[in-house]
Amino acid sequence: MELLYASCVGVLVACGVFLILRARTFPVVLGLTMFSYAVNLFLFSAGRLSLNKAAVLGYSAEYADPLPQALVLTAIVIGFAMTAFVVILAIRGRADLGSDHVDGRVVDEVNDKVNNDRDDEIQKGNV
Amino acid sequence: MMQHLAFLPILLPMLAGVILLMSPFSKTKKHRRVTSVVFSIVTFLVSLALLLKVQADGTQVYAIGDWSAPFGIVLVADPLSILLVCLTTFLGAVCVLYASAGDDEKGSFFHPLIHFLVLGVNGAFLTGDAFNLFVFFEVLLIASYSLLMHGGDKKNTRAALHYVIMNLVGSAVFLIALGILYGVLGTLNMADMAQKVALLQGDDVYLAKIGGLLLLVVFALKGALLPLHLWLPNTYATAMPVVAALFAIMTKVGVYSMMRVYTLIFGEQAGQLSHMAQSWLWWLGLATIVMGTIGVLASKDLRKLTANLVIVSVGTLVALVAVQTIESSAAAIYYLVHSTLVTAALFILAGLIGGQRGETADRITAGPPMLQPRLLGICFLVAGVAVIGMPPLSGFIAKVWLLKTTLNLEFTMVFWPLYLLASLAILVSVSKAGSTVFWHQQGQVIDNAEQKRVHPAQFAALIMLTASAPLLSLFAGPLSEYAIGAATQLHDVNNNINLILSGGK
Repeated sequence: MELLYASCVGVLVACGVFLILRARTFPVVLGLTMFSYAVNLFLFSAGRLSLNKAAVLGYSAEYADPLPQALVLTAIVIGFAMTAFVVILAIRGRADLGSDHVDGRVVDEVNDKVNNDRDDEIQKGNV
Repeated sequence: MMQHLAFLPILLPMLAGVILLMSPFSKTKKHRRVTSVVFSIVTFLVSLALLLKVQADGTQVYAIGDWSAPFGIVLVADPLSILLVCLTTFLGAVCVLYASAGDDEKGSFFHPLIHFLVLGVNGAFLTGDAFNLFVFFEVLLIASYSLLMHGGDKKNTRAALHYVIMNLVGSAVFLIALGILYGVLGTLNMADMAQKVALLQGDDVYLAKIGGLLLLVVFALKGALLPLHLWLPNTYATAMPVVAALFAIMTKVGVYSMMRVYTLIFGEQAGQLSHMAQSWLWWLGLATIVMGTIGVLASKDLRKLTANLVIVSVGTLVALVAVQTIESSAAAIYYLVHSTLVTAALFILAGLIGGQRGETADRITAGPPMLQPRLLGICFLVAGVAVIGMPPLSGFIAKVWLLKTTLNLEFTMVFWPLYLLASLAILVSVSKAGSTVFWHQQGQVIDNAEQKRVHPAQFAALIMLTASAPLLSLFAGPLSEYAIGAATQLHDVNNNINLILSGGK
């Protein structure tokens, strides 16, 4: 179980980091979401993995640590709100900067000049 | 009521934020402004009352819901944290006052967001629980995301996007660090963690070290320490000046957390892990001073200049934190108060100067003359002299003090020349900026200059911030005594642990 769990967290982190390093907002948002899933799983495992143990005293012979479960719950709620915010921000960025590149720049060679000009305009505050 | 005083600096801003969203108080501009100003002043006064109580009765430990430490969450109001809470609420009140002159109507929900930001910062200063620190970080961050976008243009969206993504990654790393530390130590109460760290053996030591250094990454990101400082100049330079002024305290939250974690948890009593972050902090601090100074020299407008000055101040603070003596921490506390207020004043000045120069804005080039060159010029002179660190203002005292505390170190020969050269570079850039902006003029006063005249509320806020530099140097005696007391208590780790775990009795 530990191996499965650990590799699951590892794969999620790897995918998340890979996607965050893409320079487009949509993959970045997906990457952040995956990264936060991995973090939640990791945080949960801080209380040790166990089977058939209740997190409440008196319901089973041994009990599981309830605190990481509470921490994960908090982290999920906060992560959810943050994801919602970053999605809205990404949409606004797409509208304001004219591209979904995180720097507001399209790497496409054909459009390079157009976008550099646009960049300069944005720098000057004309757009 | 008095025993709940330690909770009020968190409760009051929350109440203010919620009330400002409700009907009778949010109805008109006037309602919102009056409610917001009144609440921020009350919060400041309550923080002052708490400061007096802490001075009279010693550290206040408040167990939320009466769940005693280490099982429940405790708030710890010791001389250091309450001083910073007072600084935050003062800055909050000044910013609310300044914004009431018109900046608050450039977007929605300005006032509630300011109060939520103050709530988060106060909480981060007061909490004695590592996970609760994370929660308050998130509270202040989400308020700061929205404030950053307030009244912003397109340049602003890009800076906000970078800032938000960087901080979301930072939050994830924070959670990983907390998970590792909880897995190893089995507790999240900082005092309890400090006790458990000393007992670690075998592989657990390395795990705890990984957790502790991951925390350093997070705090370095929040505090804008090299190499994680790149987000700061753009973010602060594109935010509205009043928002940037309030953000001056936010990097200090990162520095404060470093002070707490690496003095209390991984301090001298931590066995094999004692002072584990010290060498990192020292060299990163020095490198940050260098990078910040290069940024200052290269800045093309006043707001970027000030943002780079913030980076230099963070570098200086972190280097002082790394020294880990009572004197250096005391100097750091004095420097922290000074640099926060002065950089806030400079951000606000940059906004006012930019407003009166029309299209030239706050760029450091010749431009149309200002409508009120005397008022703005004198304020800029005072803030400039303070930030450079020339006598007789607060910057000079802070600088002499911090040079004195680093006199007998192993690396004095590195720190002194480097810091003094950085000061020289700052002197050159700030005086060049001031003389260019105020003396190199061309053309006429801009057409709509009368509209940009400094509003009485803005004037009051500006004077309050600018006057802090001479006042900090006038009252340097009592303040430095207070700082030494706070630093002594910060370094008295065993006493702190006992105090927190026994509930302050």
